[in-house]
Amino acid sequence: MKRLFLLLSLFLVSPLLAAQDLFMVRSQLPFPEAMSVLQQSIGESGFHISRVQRVDIGLTKSGYKTDKYRIVFFGDLDELHSVSDRHPDLIPYLPLKIAIFAENGETLLLASSFKHLRPFYTSPDLLQKFDRWESAIREILERVRVAE
Amino acid sequence: MVLILLPLSTVSVAGSGEGAVLYRQNCSVCHGVDGDGGVGIPLNLPDFLAVASDDYLRNTLRDGRPGRVMPAFTSLSDAEVEAIIGYIRSWSGQEAPVYHKHALHGDVQHGRQLFEQHCTACHGNRGQGGTGTGVTFSRPREAPVMAPALDNPGFQDSVSDAMLKATLLRGRKGTPMPSIASLGLKEKDADDLVAYLRTLKIESLAGDSEALEPVIRYESEYDLEQTLENLKQAVVGRNFRVIREQYLDQGLAAEGEEDKHRVILYFCNFAFLNDALAIDPRVGLFLPCRITLIETEHGVQLMSINPKNLSRLFNNSELDRYCEQMHDLYAEIMEDATL
Repeated sequence: MKRLFLLLSLFLVSPLLAAQDLFMVRSQLPFPEAMSVLQQSIGESGFHISRVQRVDIGLTKSGYKTDKYRIVFFGDLDELHSVSDRHPDLIPYLPLKIAIFAENGETLLLASSFKHLRPFYTSPDLLQKFDRWESAIREILERVRVAE
Repeated sequence: MVLILLPLSTVSVAGSGEGAVLYRQNCSVCHGVDGDGGVGIPLNLPDFLAVASDDYLRNTLRDGRPGRVMPAFTSLSDAEVEAIIGYIRSWSGQEAPVYHKHALHGDVQHGRQLFEQHCTACHGNRGQGGTGTGVTFSRPREAPVMAPALDNPGFQDSVSDAMLKATLLRGRKGTPMPSIASLGLKEKDADDLVAYLRTLKIESLAGDSEALEPVIRYESEYDLEQTLENLKQAVVGRNFRVIREQYLDQGLAAEGEEDKHRVILYFCNFAFLNDALAIDPRVGLFLPCRITLIETEHGVQLMSINPKNLSRLFNNSELDRYCEQMHDLYAEIMEDATL
């Protein structure tokens, strides 16, 4: 039922998101809860988290004030190897990532589409991969957006 | 699946909460669920809703603000735009103001003098607006709300002279924008200011649409180990701090089984980062600064993203300028490392 709701939700917003260059959602959950849902959601889409960069820690240690701000890197090992072998110039964009940051008791999450990369590639396999990644990212973000 | 979902979709969009649903889907991420603002400016301020006409909101949704973060929502239907406006309007419970469309006549020179005297501190000497995005609750900043770019073509095409005048006369509580009456100015001065503001319009802030190479790439004549050492020195030489060195697949591959020929060097200049976050809190997608070394049978390559390419997605001309700097820094660092 939950999956159906997510699919329905994605279906309803997909024409809007498809036109966007960035995928961005607001979760009304506080940062720790939203981060937890994000990590679970990444796993549900078949990816593994490789690392979390704690941007806010580095900033505060350097004397700057900021609320929580993290970058979550994730991917699939086989996919990472196959794509980076066939298209090494994509390596700087891998693994995939989602930025997550606190904002006034809520949480914003942000990921990039692959619109800026598409003009440079013609391989149908890779373009399908971009489609799949975009779809997965939207699914991941939507799960966090609707989580209560 | 489509056959099943289409009727549900129609019901949802046609439902009584259509505006609320559409607002949540399209606007709340930046403007806040209740219109308090965030990456976008606050929309729920009574003084804003009292002077913002439906035409203004409609044109703003349709055209956005080129180069100033707010995108153009071209995929929304007319009915969807009206539903969103209706929802925003419901926050005030007041009727939308309706303005005549003809131009006001004023003394441009006097308007310029008044602008330079009273407005430039927030709106900039050319009306280019404040630095950063709408409001932010996550970090300190100079102004509670970013002053709008009065020269922006999206703004200039959306706002009528009469609405500009109404804003000047009323001011906007909850922001630094005062009523001009509180500054000792008269209604005629508002006409003069409006006449001057109309001279500020620029062509466009949006970057050109030509596709830019997605990566910056350099070849190294050194082996991987030496190139990495050179890279670290180059990074430090540019006032960045090395924060991490790892294999590309580290964290995904089993420990000890990583591909040792693909190495990432992460680095950061926190002052630079802090400035970038003040310009646009979405810069996380550029973080952390990173150069990847790839060793093949043909030698060692260094690669980074091209920030100028990625920046195109953000509709933020200030960020574009930062990304030009970042592009040059990446190139200089890689050049230093491969000399």
